[in-house]
Amino acid sequence: MADKHLIGHKLGTFTIDVEKGRLRFFAKAIGETDAIYTDEAAAQAAGHRTLPVPPTFLKCLDGEGRDLNTFLNLVNFDLGRILHAEQSFVYHQMAYAGDVLTFDAVITDVYEKKGGALQFVVTESRVTNQHGEHIADVRSSLVQR
Amino acid sequence: MSLANHVQYSDIQVGEQLPLLKLAAVNRTTLALYCGASGDHNPIHVDIDFARKSRMPDVFAHGMLSAAYLGRLLTQWVPQQQVRSLSVRFTGITQLGHIPTCSGTVTEKFEENGEKRVRLAIRCANQYGEDKLLGEAVVVLA
Repeated sequence: MADKHLIGHKLGTFTIDVEKGRLRFFAKAIGETDAIYTDEAAAQAAGHRTLPVPPTFLKCLDGEGRDLNTFLNLVNFDLGRILHAEQSFVYHQMAYAGDVLTFDAVITDVYEKKGGALQFVVTESRVTNQHGEHIADVRSSLVQR
Repeated sequence: MSLANHVQYSDIQVGEQLPLLKLAAVNRTTLALYCGASGDHNPIHVDIDFARKSRMPDVFAHGMLSAAYLGRLLTQWVPQQQVRSLSVRFTGITQLGHIPTCSGTVTEKFEENGEKRVRLAIRCANQYGEDKLLGEAVVVLA
């Protein structure tokens, strides 16, 4: 079971490039029909400098820079038994293709429900861009069933 | 940038519904594409052998796929730079064949940080009316 002593455990920082092609692939995968997410000219016509990072893609980047198995070992969770319980984003600034984002993550809560049958681990990542601007706060809760 | 947009704070009332976003039925290709594009390579969403070993009847959708649909619900209503927050709870598993429908309702109008904001209750449900994601978002209106 996950250890309450992990509350406050820093998962460290990593930096990741926001790739244009990846944003287009993501847009395709979620059935996006708004051209500003795939066509730079449309994005610019809408007042963006280039393709925007869509609202939930920050969670994808958050997961990208960290090895999932290392994390699961740390919190003593099993890949086949985990589910996503909650996810939230607070946005401060837009992020765009070509940005270099830094994710700084910490475990903020560990708890259980149903007499230990369900165990939860909550992480929070502070996201900043290459100019040190605060882009977003990303909070994720995983549950082991 | 200006908040030039068709949705005006003064025109919006509590209880107002956002335009629905109805998706295509989730199939295995949907999940394979989302696996690759999202970087969430957990095999439980794409590998039926792994899913069965994990005591699930079949692969099932990534919760974040439906969360992305809820993001689309918001950005088809207002430009993304007006979205201040988005939070969801995953209340049920989206199975193959489910048809996600995203909806939103204005629950509050308020001013904060010098901005006119509305709070929305957002929901992604399947074709049987079963909730899969429930959440909240705050957006700025002109």
